[in-house]
Amino acid sequence: MAHHVLHMPVTEEQVRKLRVNDTVTLEDTLFGIRDATLIHMFDRKRPTRFDLKGHAVIHTAPNVKKVDKSAEFPAGYAPICIGTTTSDRMERFTRDLMTQYGVRIIIGKGGMREGSQKAFADIGGVYLAIIGGTAALETTWIEQIEDVDLDDLNPESLWRFRIRDFGPLLVAMDSHGSSLYDAVRDDAQAKRAQVLASLGVKAA
Amino acid sequence: MKVDLSVVEEASKELYIRALKMLPPDIKAGFSRLTASETGATAKNVLATMVTNIKVAEDTNNLLCQDTGVPIYNLLIGRNVEIDGHALKEAVRAGCARATREHPLRSSVVHPLTRKNNHTSCGDEVPVIHIDFSDAPETLEIQMIPKGSGSENNSFLKMAIPAEGIDAVKTFVIDCVLAAGGKTCPPTIVGVGVGGTSDLCVLLAKRAATRPLGSKCADPEGAKLEEQLSLAVNQLGVGPQGLGGDSTSFAVHIELAHTHITMNPVAVNMQCHSARRATAIFTPAGVAYGY
Repeated sequence: MAHHVLHMPVTEEQVRKLRVNDTVTLEDTLFGIRDATLIHMFDRKRPTRFDLKGHAVIHTAPNVKKVDKSAEFPAGYAPICIGTTTSDRMERFTRDLMTQYGVRIIIGKGGMREGSQKAFADIGGVYLAIIGGTAALETTWIEQIEDVDLDDLNPESLWRFRIRDFGPLLVAMDSHGSSLYDAVRDDAQAKRAQVLASLGVKAA
Repeated sequence: MKVDLSVVEEASKELYIRALKMLPPDIKAGFSRLTASETGATAKNVLATMVTNIKVAEDTNNLLCQDTGVPIYNLLIGRNVEIDGHALKEAVRAGCARATREHPLRSSVVHPLTRKNNHTSCGDEVPVIHIDFSDAPETLEIQMIPKGSGSENNSFLKMAIPAEGIDAVKTFVIDCVLAAGGKTCPPTIVGVGVGGTSDLCVLLAKRAATRPLGSKCADPEGAKLEEQLSLAVNQLGVGPQGLGGDSTSFAVHIELAHTHITMNPVAVNMQCHSARRATAIFTPAGVAYGY
C-alpha cells in the first residue's frame, strides 16, 4: 500500500505501478469532464483542442463565478466549489477516452464497471476514488481554472484546472484486473441471504 | 397573519444557500455515531474525510458539495395565515433563481429533452414545490432541500402484491441498497415509502429520506420495521462510498399510507451523506431560521 506523488501527465509505466489500495496525490494539471462533455466529444464528434495524453480526468461540474479574464483568472472563471459526481454514468466512454485521447487516470466516486476495468488492463489506466460529497475540501486542492473548452455546455464544459497536493486519492481499480468495488459487491451479495434471514424473510 | 411576499422571496434565496453550506446537527451527530462504531480501516478514513469537509465548508463559507441538486421547497401553512397562494409560489421561484444568479450557484437543472440549462435552477415544475397545511396558529414554514442526483438516480418503485407480504418490502429495501452500492454517496438515509398509490408511495419515500435523524415513523409497526432494517442494511458491508465497512446508512426511515386491498407498493429513495436541509419559520414575531 504505497503512496505515489504523480506530476501530470504520466506514462503507461507509471500507471502500471499503481495497485489497488495504494494512495496517490496528483500535481500540476487535471481536466474536469462529465455527462454532456463526453456525449458531445464522442457521440456528436466534437473534438477538444486540449491535449489529454497521459492526463487525469475527474468527473465533475464545478460551481464557478464569471469574472474578467486576468493573470489570476485566465479562463474568465473563479472557482467557487468543485467536487466529484458519480462515475457510473460515464462508463461507456472510458475506452474511447483512453484510445482516442490517451487519458490514463479517471478520478471519480462510486466506481466503474467491467468495460472500464478491461480498458484499464488493456491500455494501462487506473480509477482513483475521491470521497464524494467533500467538495469544500476538494476545492482547496485546486489553485486555478486555467482554461475551458466546449463552454457552450457550461457547467458541463471541459475544464483545465491547476492543482496542488490533490489527494490523497485511493487506487480503487488498477491495470492488473483488481477492483475494490467488485470485492465489496461480491462480499455484500454473499451476505444478502443471511441479512434477509435475520429479518425473518422466508427463503424464496 | 399577513405574510410579506418579498420576505418570502428573500428567505427562499437564503434557504437554498444556507442548506448547501450548513449540515444539520442531527446529521453531524449521525457522523459521530457511525465513526464510533465503524470497524473498517478504509471506512474510518472515508468518514474522517467527510467530517473534515463539513469543517472546511464552515471555515471557508463554502458549499458542502458541488451538487446544488434539484431544489425542493416544502411549504406548510398554518391556521389564520392570509396569503395569495399563486404569488407565494412565484416568490419561492424568484428566490430560488436569485440564489443561483447572485451567489452564484451551479444551476443543475435542464430541460429533459433538449438538455438546455436556464442557469436559474428553475424550469417547468422546478423548483419542486409541495404545499400542505398544519394546525399551528399564524405560522408559515418553508423547508428547502437541495436533492443531490447521485442519491436521486437510485430511486426505485415496486408494485408488490398482498401475497408477497412484508417480506417483499424487506427484500426490496435490501436489494435497492445492494444495487446502489457506492453510487448514492453512502452513508445514506434510506427512505422507504410503503402503501398509498404509486405516486404517493414515491413521495413517502422522499419524505422518509429527508426526515431528521432520530425521528421515528409515527406508525408503531412502521417504527418497528425501521429499527430492524436500520440494523440489517449495515450488515451488508457496502460501507461509506461503497468501499466496504459497517457504515452503509445512518438509518432506514419509513413513511406509510393506507393502500388498496389488492396492492402492496414499496418505494425507496435515498439521501446521501450530505443530507442537506434548511427551514425558515414565519410568525408574527418575524422569521427564524433552522434546519
